[in-house]
Amino acid sequence: MKKINYIIISVLFSLLFIVLYLSLGNEKIYNTQDLVGKKISEVEINLFQSNETFNTKELTNNEFTILNFWASWCGPCRKEHPNLVRLSKIKNLKLIGINFKDEKDNARNFLRENGNPFDILGEDKNGKNSVNFGVYGIPETILIDSELKILKKYIGPLNINDVNEIRKIVKK
Amino acid sequence: MLSKLGILFIIGTLFTSLSIIFLTFKELKAIDNLIPSKIYKFSLFQLFFSISSFFVLLLAYILSDFSLVNVYENSHSNKPLFYKISGTWGNHEGSLLLWINILVLFSSLFLFLTKNSDKSFKILTLLFQNLLIITFLIFLLTNSNPFSELFPVPLEGLGLNPILQDPALAIHPPLLYIGFVGSSIYFSAALAALISKIDSQSFAISIKSWVLVSWFFQTVGILVGSIWAYYELGWGGYWFWDPVENSSLMPWFVMTALLHSILVLERRIGLYSWVIVLSILTFTMSVTGTFLVRSGILNSVHTFASDPSRGLFILSFLVLMVFSSIFIFFKFSPKENKKYSIFSKEAFIIANNWFMIFFLGVVLIGTLYPVLLDTITGSKISVGPPYYNLILAPFLIPLLFLMTSGPNYKWISNDVRSLFNLVLVLSVTFFLITFFLIKENNLLINLILFFSIYLITQTLFDFYESFKKKNINISRIISHLGFGLLIFFIYINHIFSVENNFNLKLGETKKTDYYTIKFVNLEEQSIKNYKSIIGYFNVSNKKNFTSKELRPEIRVYDKPFTITYEASINSNLFSDTYLTMSNISDTDVFNIKFQVKPFMNLIWLSVLLLSLGGVLNFFKRKKNEKN
Repeated sequence: MKKINYIIISVLFSLLFIVLYLSLGNEKIYNTQDLVGKKISEVEINLFQSNETFNTKELTNNEFTILNFWASWCGPCRKEHPNLVRLSKIKNLKLIGINFKDEKDNARNFLRENGNPFDILGEDKNGKNSVNFGVYGIPETILIDSELKILKKYIGPLNINDVNEIRKIVKK
Repeated sequence: MLSKLGILFIIGTLFTSLSIIFLTFKELKAIDNLIPSKIYKFSLFQLFFSISSFFVLLLAYILSDFSLVNVYENSHSNKPLFYKISGTWGNHEGSLLLWINILVLFSSLFLFLTKNSDKSFKILTLLFQNLLIITFLIFLLTNSNPFSELFPVPLEGLGLNPILQDPALAIHPPLLYIGFVGSSIYFSAALAALISKIDSQSFAISIKSWVLVSWFFQTVGILVGSIWAYYELGWGGYWFWDPVENSSLMPWFVMTALLHSILVLERRIGLYSWVIVLSILTFTMSVTGTFLVRSGILNSVHTFASDPSRGLFILSFLVLMVFSSIFIFFKFSPKENKKYSIFSKEAFIIANNWFMIFFLGVVLIGTLYPVLLDTITGSKISVGPPYYNLILAPFLIPLLFLMTSGPNYKWISNDVRSLFNLVLVLSVTFFLITFFLIKENNLLINLILFFSIYLITQTLFDFYESFKKKNINISRIISHLGFGLLIFFIYINHIFSVENNFNLKLGETKKTDYYTIKFVNLEEQSIKNYKSIIGYFNVSNKKNFTSKELRPEIRVYDKPFTITYEASINSNLFSDTYLTMSNISDTDVFNIKFQVKPFMNLIWLSVLLLSLGGVLNFFKRKKNEKN
């Protein structure tokens, strides 16, 4: 019995140490860029204005869709907002805004002040849904096609170059 | 100059450590029962060299001697003296030197202070402890030398990360190190006890003080770290289940288990092997924590620059340590066949141990799982507070219950007592009053609140009872009272915390359900090593018509360039009002985070009470030893 315990414990520790050794050489920083090319997961998102939900499956009806994660408390979101307004003028592109960990009143005021570029406005009150899209911090923007495949992922505020890039992709 | 002196002292420490190992080896074969005075002398020299090397580094920091790479990278001549001093251990190399100093200090203290102990046990403990010291000295000299020179000597240093320039954080690492590096001495003693086959009681007596000391410093170290996070990180939280926080909590669980099982061992009732396993496990957990933090395989708010070569060294050391311990344990483990009644004190103490080991397992899995999963499958996940709260919270209920009833059982056996008693009636009454006041619907929270009240009432009642009999086990009562209060206040704080996030411009007012917050003024100041933007806010409470002025700050440090957000906290015994502001670039709008957090100070006080129990037990033991 003693011998068996000895062997089991030694083997378990060996396995643990091997994995820890392998992990030393791993890339540590969480890089969501590797989600590009993959399909987004099917998620039910709560709508901002009503108690209804909307499923990401419905996005197959759009030629291109942008998912933008934002909040009124986030400074860079305010900065990128004019660029979203620019994108909202592109015809074959639909904009879905997902209001991230925010208060409704503040979010409404934000859109009143800066304009509402979104075709559909969803909310993610506790930030749980956004994790399905690989979003941990905001602003983040995901461009997907009609097959729900991620074409581009922008971490941080969109700048004018990003807008031009999106324009190009959508025109093709 | 200081660099050479420092290296000289380190080599002195290395030489004396090797001599001690050589002498102890020789002494193992000797027949007499006296430890030769040579070993004592070498131990004193070792202590002298090691402390001197630390003072040389300290001096280099105080004098801003930038010919040392370590000082250049982590200090700056404009820094206040206090932070120059704390900068010494605020980086990997300096903190490793502190590690070695604590290993050496505990080695000498053990040699000089442990009396009436078996010679071979003492000698072997010294041998193992010095093997640890040698390993870390080699690590320091080959990989992480704090005395490395820089040429040409730069005129100015790079500065210390401003987030670390805080009084609480300056003392946080030394406290924690005494805690978990101190556990090395009972790791060495456990291996020595196995080989020298000393009886369980002498082993328990010889390690108990060390366990108490390390447990006390670990507890206070964790507390100070939490207070720092609360004041400095500006999120209004005090515990984040961050991997590095977990690394300090894991040894704490084992130490707590050890502290309790030694009580059983002291009375010759059993658990010898188990106490040895726990003694080995505590230091193993400490080194595991160090590996996780220093190797950079985890992302965390803690700021050690990651370096795989460091990780490899610590991992190799850990492998060597664990496998030698397993080998020694299975080769020499003592035989035991003791049986206890289910309703005896030791049964409850064993139950405490199972809880501690369960908590350890949960935290260890939560911390390691993302690393293992990432390495094996490549998928990245993050384990956060919901996991810990979900799994740990329900187990607080039986733990609190056992802490309430366990201590009143006698050793070895006991009759089952009636459950109905005055304390229970009182606790139910107190709970109903609390329930009426807080109106919380969650069953789990209510149960936890009830059992914490039950524990508090019972310990207060025990205090009164034992005071009458003049036979006071005051340390246990104080620690358990502290724990009961801690859980109670954590949950009350959780229920009543208020948080609002909004944007304000200068002169605007925001109204929430109970508070009105007015942004009165904005001021810019230049202070020694940073520029400060101070907001003046007037917060008035609609309920009791009181008003307070809060002044959050945004600090812009130039060396290195960093922006920190300093919370302004108006604190009294019952409630903290907490406000942070951050600027939104290119606008005159500020983002405000406003929080009201009840009983924060009582949470800190509860932890102090918990640790005070350890101090009292320590002094009681010293007094008993004298008598």
